Amino acid sequence: MKFSEQWLREWVSPQLETQAMADQITMAGLEVDAVEAVAAAFSGVVVAEVLTKEKHPDADKLNVCTVNDGSGEPVQVVCGAPNVEVGQKIPFAQVGGVLPGDFKIKKAKLRGVESRGMICSASELGLEEEASAGILVLSSAAPVGIDFREFMHLNDMTIEVDLTPNRGDCLSIKGLSREVGVLNRLPVKGPMIKPLAAEIEDSFSVSIEAPEQCPRYIGRVIKGVNVHAETPLWMAERLRRSGVRSIDPVVDITNYVMLELGQPMHAFDRDNLQEGIVVRMAKPGEKLTLLDGNEVALRPETLLIADQSGPLAMAGVMGGENSGVNKNTRTIFLESAFFTPLAIAGQARSYGLHTDASHRFERGVDPQLTPVAVERATQLLIEICGGQAGPVVEVTSAEHMPAERAIILRSERLEKALSKALDSDDVTDILQRLGLNVTMQGGDWAVTAPSWRFDLAIEEDLIEEVARIHGYNNLPVRRPAARLALRSADEAKLTQSRLRRQMVARGFQEAITYSFVAPELQAALLPDAVTPVLANPISADLSVMRASLFPGLVRAMEYNLNRQQTRVRLFETGLVFNGELDALSQVPMLGALVCGPREAEGWSGAKERVDFYDLKGDLESVIALGGEADAWRFEPAEHPALHPGQSAQLMHNGEPAGWIGTLHPQVRATLGLKMDAVLFEVRLDMLSQGSVPAFEPLSRFPEVRRDLAFMLKEATPVQSLLDCAKEQAGDYLQDIKLFDVYAGKGIAEGYKSIALGLTWQHPSRTLNDEEINQLVDSIVTQVRVKLDAELRG
Amino acid sequence: MDHLPTLVSEARDAIQAAQSVAALDELRVRYLGKKGEVTALLKGLGKLSAEERPAAGERINQAKQTLADEIDAKRQQLESVALNARLAAESIDVTLPGRGQAEGGLHPVTRTLERIEGLFTRIGYDVAVGPEIEDDYHNFEALNIPAHHPARGMADTFYFDATRLLRTHTSPVQVRTMKSSEPPIRIVCPGRVYRSDSDLTHTPMFHQVEGLLVDEGVSFADLKGTIEDFLQAFFERDDLSVRFRPSYFPFTEPSAEVDIQCVMCSGAGCRVCSHSGWLEVMGCGMVHPEVFRHSGIDTERYTGFAFGMGAERLAMLRYGVNDLRLFFENDLRFLRQFA
Repeated sequence: MKFSEQWLREWVSPQLETQAMADQITMAGLEVDAVEAVAAAFSGVVVAEVLTKEKHPDADKLNVCTVNDGSGEPVQVVCGAPNVEVGQKIPFAQVGGVLPGDFKIKKAKLRGVESRGMICSASELGLEEEASAGILVLSSAAPVGIDFREFMHLNDMTIEVDLTPNRGDCLSIKGLSREVGVLNRLPVKGPMIKPLAAEIEDSFSVSIEAPEQCPRYIGRVIKGVNVHAETPLWMAERLRRSGVRSIDPVVDITNYVMLELGQPMHAFDRDNLQEGIVVRMAKPGEKLTLLDGNEVALRPETLLIADQSGPLAMAGVMGGENSGVNKNTRTIFLESAFFTPLAIAGQARSYGLHTDASHRFERGVDPQLTPVAVERATQLLIEICGGQAGPVVEVTSAEHMPAERAIILRSERLEKALSKALDSDDVTDILQRLGLNVTMQGGDWAVTAPSWRFDLAIEEDLIEEVARIHGYNNLPVRRPAARLALRSADEAKLTQSRLRRQMVARGFQEAITYSFVAPELQAALLPDAVTPVLANPISADLSVMRASLFPGLVRAMEYNLNRQQTRVRLFETGLVFNGELDALSQVPMLGALVCGPREAEGWSGAKERVDFYDLKGDLESVIALGGEADAWRFEPAEHPALHPGQSAQLMHNGEPAGWIGTLHPQVRATLGLKMDAVLFEVRLDMLSQGSVPAFEPLSRFPEVRRDLAFMLKEATPVQSLLDCAKEQAGDYLQDIKLFDVYAGKGIAEGYKSIALGLTWQHPSRTLNDEEINQLVDSIVTQVRVKLDAELRG
Repeated sequence: MDHLPTLVSEARDAIQAAQSVAALDELRVRYLGKKGEVTALLKGLGKLSAEERPAAGERINQAKQTLADEIDAKRQQLESVALNARLAAESIDVTLPGRGQAEGGLHPVTRTLERIEGLFTRIGYDVAVGPEIEDDYHNFEALNIPAHHPARGMADTFYFDATRLLRTHTSPVQVRTMKSSEPPIRIVCPGRVYRSDSDLTHTPMFHQVEGLLVDEGVSFADLKGTIEDFLQAFFERDDLSVRFRPSYFPFTEPSAEVDIQCVMCSGAGCRVCSHSGWLEVMGCGMVHPEVFRHSGIDTERYTGFAFGMGAERLAMLRYGVNDLRLFFENDLRFLRQFA
């Protein structure tokens, strides 16, 4: 809401500078966004009268005029405006004056004729953005010689407040001045609005078929209206300063009343209406062409103003094109209605509209204002456009009018809520100035909320009002007291923070990517993924929920490769979304991606590229944090985004827990990536499950170690050899190390040599060779049987 | 016997001239060994008279000791030279960078979230999290934002269908916590939130931390104290001015926006604070009774406060980041600055 400071000060004028008043309003919860001068700086401009006008002897388009600027002597000025005429009152920039843009007015000769000053247009004075067609012609009553800024009241500021949705009551000068009045404990006075008795009998029937949505509708016929009258300058200026464009006097008056009092109004051309007005819901298939020229198909939950021929206007949102006031209008039907917030809420938006009227009705327009606004508009209409008013037609459904809201504010509750005992009379004064009807009950306040405050319904609302007017910053400050009670802490559980820090220690940078991704990218990586799709994405690129952390990480890698960052190590934690909405899983994952050289470029570093085992080592280091490494297994498996020969599914206690692998070459090609990458993602909830350490006594007896090398078929996973060995190695196996993998010279084609180092130790005695030999024998036998593999000779 | 002085002097010259430990060992054998020249003199003592013998013996032993000491001294000298030579040969350029993996780093938003969580958990708040795809009830209804309420326009929501949406704030976590636990409740809820807005100062996804405290006798003064302490602690500025401005959130009553004195210009006015000297940093208020009712909490017995802040905004102010969009580009050159 934008308003003119001068306008507000007509209602209430505290002894405060503009900025101080703006700050005061802001600190009362009506946030001032901007304070701007209503006109650019200029000086030396006065009101003058055109005395003579003659053609310039040497220029077709110029006139030589003399003006009376009040200085006593006629002043000669050359003017190029097409609309200059003798007798006009005009803004005249005198020699020595300065126009906006630091344009100094000097004595000049135009094609040989002396010109001492300049007759100004609205745009030259900074009053209009677009270049004006001609000079600004003022009312004939304008006093000659008076400073133009003073005449136009241009030493004014526009104040823009950003109102919260609960304060619809402040969307008018009346509402704002009420606030300013409360804050400064000043009385507020508006214009005298007296009911105007009907001068003619013309009336028009109104019926309300939807009283729940429209409990009150008031109309009035005004006949003989001159729609060609000019909107007075003062009104046009006030509209302009409120950010409203002047259109024609009738529309300007309804807008003016809306800005002044807060009641959106509408004027119909009476002669275009068929029989009576009906306020009703839209019927299936109905259409309406709105004032903006767009035809809309109406939905049944839309409230309409209609006549016998069909819809006339979308109630509380916008009028129709065919029923509005036009240049031939002689008789108007003025509407002032109360549409309930619920009836209008969401309507404008659902048609892609937002109007000053819908903005107000959605937030709540005072239902008691309806008749007042009609009188005010009538008064202004007759003053400006002439005409004769008929009787006021009012239809009110009392049972559907908002109920009176009685609220009790307990003094004890108020004191407790604010930790301060406020002076009781002050509280009463605040409430009364806000327009509440207050009666004391014991020490408590029994109030009824005013009809314009839709936001006051419960005790807390009143506490807020009192606190707000008293000033939040005048209220005490303390710290909450709480019992110092220890709570148990799950030692086995690893925090996300701990897991993230391990990734950081392994040289990864944390990424945060959007949870919604491009469908093509997701499809390239996870063609079978089923994830929720946004109905209203911000762009197609961000329209499906990620089913995995891979798309985001791949995108981030690409972004960096395109910026000469050739070594990328990124990780991310966050939810991934899988399944249809009704069977959705939202699971936190840890994901990582590496590409480029294994080590950062340096004097000592190996130049090789990272591979599967590098990233697997990183992942194992994270798994190891929990002390439950044995719960995890890597099983060869295929994933659409990963190289089928270089990918594994992670299993945690037999349950799928994630994936690791090299990006599939085909996928890499599809996505046009410059480098190979290795990725993993794993369930954070499973990673978080660690264990509390359990001590085992240290044996004082010697360890026995045996090294065994097996010839395994190339395709046999080492894991099965380890499983086999562990199974047969007895209870005293302490450790099993895989210390060599070899294929090539000396090893048969299609085979690999795997060397294991097994260490045994008994807690209470020395193990003898015989026992160990037996265990080794049974390992060798089992490996032969299960894996068809021999000990290497 | 008479040539002992000559022998000693000759041996000393030889010792001093020795160039290596091996040469010294040879000299030791030659003079002091079992068949050495000085040892041989001792053997000749038998030819002397009993009177002469002790004095002569002592002279020879003295000479022997002198030579032995000189050999040891010379040996130490030679060894130390050898060691120095070796050390010199083994010296390296200690200014070369060390070997191994370069450190990574946390994302500045995570760093900020963890810092905020830390400040609150230290005084007894718990961290609570919840789903990001929420339903209308938890995101709006239970927070006193009925359908078509103009407040719904405050947060442009991403929808999946009529009732499922991406949460627009982390407040649904508060609702879930209040439904599942009894006061006293003290939680902070960090996490991703989504609003369909994208321009210079908005990203469609960002992070919030919301806090909730519910107990008996909690007042607006407690809220003010908590927020003031938090902001002063977060910015490590004990003298940071904090002000509370009445505002409106459907789920709190009274509600406030919180401004801090601009941390860039200390309130003098700059581009960051639009020359106002103040920065809006968070919203807060006393929990609305309607929210308590939805969560089954007795509004006569308990009161509480809630607050919410944007992690990116705080990170920008704390670390001087001037472009919101950098947070989600994941440019390594940006991320490395927060390691």
